[in-house]
Amino acid sequence: MIYREAGQFKTSYASDQAIFPIAQDRAVVLLALAAAFVGPPLLASEYWLQAILIPLLIYSLAAIGLNLLTGYAGQLSLGTGGFMAVGAYAAFKLTTAFPQVSIVLVFLLSGLVAAGVGLVFGIPSLRIKGFYLAVATLASQFFLVWLFNKVAWFSNYASSGTITAPDRAVLGVTVTGPSATASARYLTALALVTVFALVAKNLVRGRVGRSWMAIRDRDIAAEIIGVRPLRTKLLAFGISSFYCGVAGAELVFLYLGSAETQAFDIGLSFLILFMVIIGGRGSILGSVLGAVFIVLVPIFLTNAPHALGLRLPVALQKQIELMVFGGLIVFFLIVEPRGLARLWQITKEKLRLWPFPH
Amino acid sequence: MTDLLYLVAVAPFTDMAGSPAFLVEVLLGGVFAGLMYSLVALGFVLIFKASGVFNFAQGVMVLFAALTLVGLLERGVPVVVALALTTAVMVALAFAIERLVLRPLVNQEHIILFMATIGLNFFLEGFGEMVWGANVKRLDIGIPDRSFIVRGVQINQLELTAALTAAVLVTVLALFFQKTRIGRALRAVADDHEAALSIGIPLKTIWVVVWSVAGVVAIVAGVMWGAKSGVQFSLSLIALKALPVLILGGFESVPGAIVGGLIIGVGEKVGEVYWGPLVGGAIENWFAYVLALAFLLARPQGLFGEKIIERV
Amino acid sequence: MSQPAPARPLLEVDGVSVRFGALVAVNRVSLAIAPGEILAIIGPNGAGKTTLLNAISGFYHPYEGRIAFDSTDRTMLSPPDVAALGIARTFQNVALFKGMTVLDNIMTGRLLKMRGNFLLEALYWGPARRQELEHRAFVERIIDFLEIQAIRKTPAGRLPYGLQKRVELARALAAEPKLLLLDEPMAGMNVEEKEDMCRFVLDTNQEFGTTIALIEHDMGVVMDISDRVVVLDYGRKIADGAPEHIRKDQAVLDAYLGVAHD
Repeated sequence: MIYREAGQFKTSYASDQAIFPIAQDRAVVLLALAAAFVGPPLLASEYWLQAILIPLLIYSLAAIGLNLLTGYAGQLSLGTGGFMAVGAYAAFKLTTAFPQVSIVLVFLLSGLVAAGVGLVFGIPSLRIKGFYLAVATLASQFFLVWLFNKVAWFSNYASSGTITAPDRAVLGVTVTGPSATASARYLTALALVTVFALVAKNLVRGRVGRSWMAIRDRDIAAEIIGVRPLRTKLLAFGISSFYCGVAGAELVFLYLGSAETQAFDIGLSFLILFMVIIGGRGSILGSVLGAVFIVLVPIFLTNAPHALGLRLPVALQKQIELMVFGGLIVFFLIVEPRGLARLWQITKEKLRLWPFPH
Repeated sequence: MTDLLYLVAVAPFTDMAGSPAFLVEVLLGGVFAGLMYSLVALGFVLIFKASGVFNFAQGVMVLFAALTLVGLLERGVPVVVALALTTAVMVALAFAIERLVLRPLVNQEHIILFMATIGLNFFLEGFGEMVWGANVKRLDIGIPDRSFIVRGVQINQLELTAALTAAVLVTVLALFFQKTRIGRALRAVADDHEAALSIGIPLKTIWVVVWSVAGVVAIVAGVMWGAKSGVQFSLSLIALKALPVLILGGFESVPGAIVGGLIIGVGEKVGEVYWGPLVGGAIENWFAYVLALAFLLARPQGLFGEKIIERV
Repeated sequence: MSQPAPARPLLEVDGVSVRFGALVAVNRVSLAIAPGEILAIIGPNGAGKTTLLNAISGFYHPYEGRIAFDSTDRTMLSPPDVAALGIARTFQNVALFKGMTVLDNIMTGRLLKMRGNFLLEALYWGPARRQELEHRAFVERIIDFLEIQAIRKTPAGRLPYGLQKRVELARALAAEPKLLLLDEPMAGMNVEEKEDMCRFVLDTNQEFGTTIALIEHDMGVVMDISDRVVVLDYGRKIADGAPEHIRKDQAVLDAYLGVAHD
């Protein structure tokens, strides 16, 4: 199938406004999605599901969340880990208090709790911008993690402060807890990320997304058009935190199984931020690409020397990983500030012209 | 309820009055920690003033400087030579950063440069540990970690030396900015890149100079912190402690960095010792942030920052 | 050209002063804009023209005096509130949303005409989708009107200056304003672009009946398109009248030629 849009005339604004206006794109995306739902549960090994695919989906969701705030609304946040922790602890408290409530509903409610917390920590964004705001979000990161660590109520007074995902089922299939299969957890994460990616895309292509981007690009001009800065920024903080909250709940319930507050430290915040920068600020697809990239780089660094017959000590591997991440961040900011999503777009444009580039 | 009120509002003060010598010790401890924060914050301020870059990697530069110094000392290099070599390394680092990171990103939004320094932060951390090893190292610079007692108050010799050094360094830098030609040029660049360029101030040189100076400040901070608590990864985290200081003092003010550092240092120690036990302790991780944040909402430009009138 | 209606002005500025510390940028200026009028505000650099516009659109709040729109006081409103009343504007140094396409820029101008329903928007379903398409159709009419069809999907930041100014006008028009404030709409344009812009301003005034206040330095343009001219100098209003009147006014000539002030 050749990538061409010749002959596809748009006869209505509706078809021009579609998420994928080009027929080939639609087909490819639908096929990929179908493959993602069917393929891995049948073909992938336990290791692939557990070590790569599940974290990848969860990080994608968190990265979409941060991208809404940082990439679209232009508010840099270093508090992602804190908001994810809110989601995780809220889910734990809710599902242990109300075991009969569906776990999917619990995830959504945890997202709402995180959104509420995000709103509170977003209030300073009215008065402070840029670096000052970034530092303020660090405050939420440290405070929240400290809070969950210190107040034993959050972990139901477990001696070590650890929260553990209990067995919960959706439609009779166990999807969380020790007896859930990797396939079940994978499909749950995939379904959630699919739905929320679509919702995010709908938001950013409409009224809400335009007011976010307006505030990001030129806040003064946005105001004169009628965008109310506080309301708009708070909405971004709330929705972003909702996404991060759900992702945080998934991180414990679908991936780690049990976790302490350390799982949500500042390192996690940076990791998600890197996904957004490398993937592409202001792109939903980019968030997912960024997550894929960040998950795959360490795995590549682990396996590549092995394949070459080299044995690197674990510490050295970790150090190389840090250098590669750091180096790539700088590299992407210099070479392609709009990230992998932009590279993908350029590739598509080239493909449209291929094989006659002029 | 009254019990709680008593614990929060009365008991800490009776504790303070009950043992003034201990209170003085706590305050001194706070002043010492505060000066150390100031020292790190100073590195931020220097770079921000001259290049508008919020250098998130300042903390790692402290770690990197300390690692380099210790690494050289461990290989039997004499102290003076090691210091000189470390300085050379930091200057070389400044050149490399200017060439590889700043120059390609010139005229980009500030937030992009900020993110680039986060990348730099990770790179330097990995690089430093790869070259010098990741285990905790002792740094002995010949100042004994001993205490003497003045009127019932314990004073640590090392802390005293560090505080004095920090004070001297700050004075020198303040004079440098106010009195020297290059200092004035640095401020001119901060105000307006293009205007500075048009009157013949070479941006490149300025950036290298200011990152080098920040590197030297990082060495001093690294030596002091390292001598106190060993050279290890956690050293890079003091950068996170310096951020609230910056919020308090304003990103562009040298005196602000000092006063902000002292307020945070003292506030944090006093809070931790007298109120910390009420909430289970370990509040020093976020207390400074909350303090700074509360302050920020009241006065967004910081203690010494100028009020910015936004032009439309 | 429509005749100014003397009875009820659309916008009334009454003895307004704006201060920055000790500097009085606008000093007790009074003026009125009649519905359907094109008013030009001129004056040497630093005369307080843009500051006056900023006070009208709510960025600065006057130190004294009052501003009324449609006979209602609105002196202390914030910019979004001013926008909601039906006042749109453009900026001296183009303030487009650079990362967004031209289409999205203009769609953002429709913001106040759109109803928010978060849930439906999240699903892009039913009324939310219909609303989006209706506004798209409206925006397309403006795109046709200003002849910028070809650059619809181009990011605004990549456009040449002249086109950016035109897109900014489109964004302001999308709000269907009653009063349009243009801050130097023709600055930095070549002759052809200026002619185009003049045509658009006049067409806007005639086709949509929009009242327009504009700041402009090009005297030729001012004399050609405005119904009335207000002259500011050092923050004060020194003249107010028909263009042919202003041309001969001694105070105006002095201000422009730099006669000493007493």
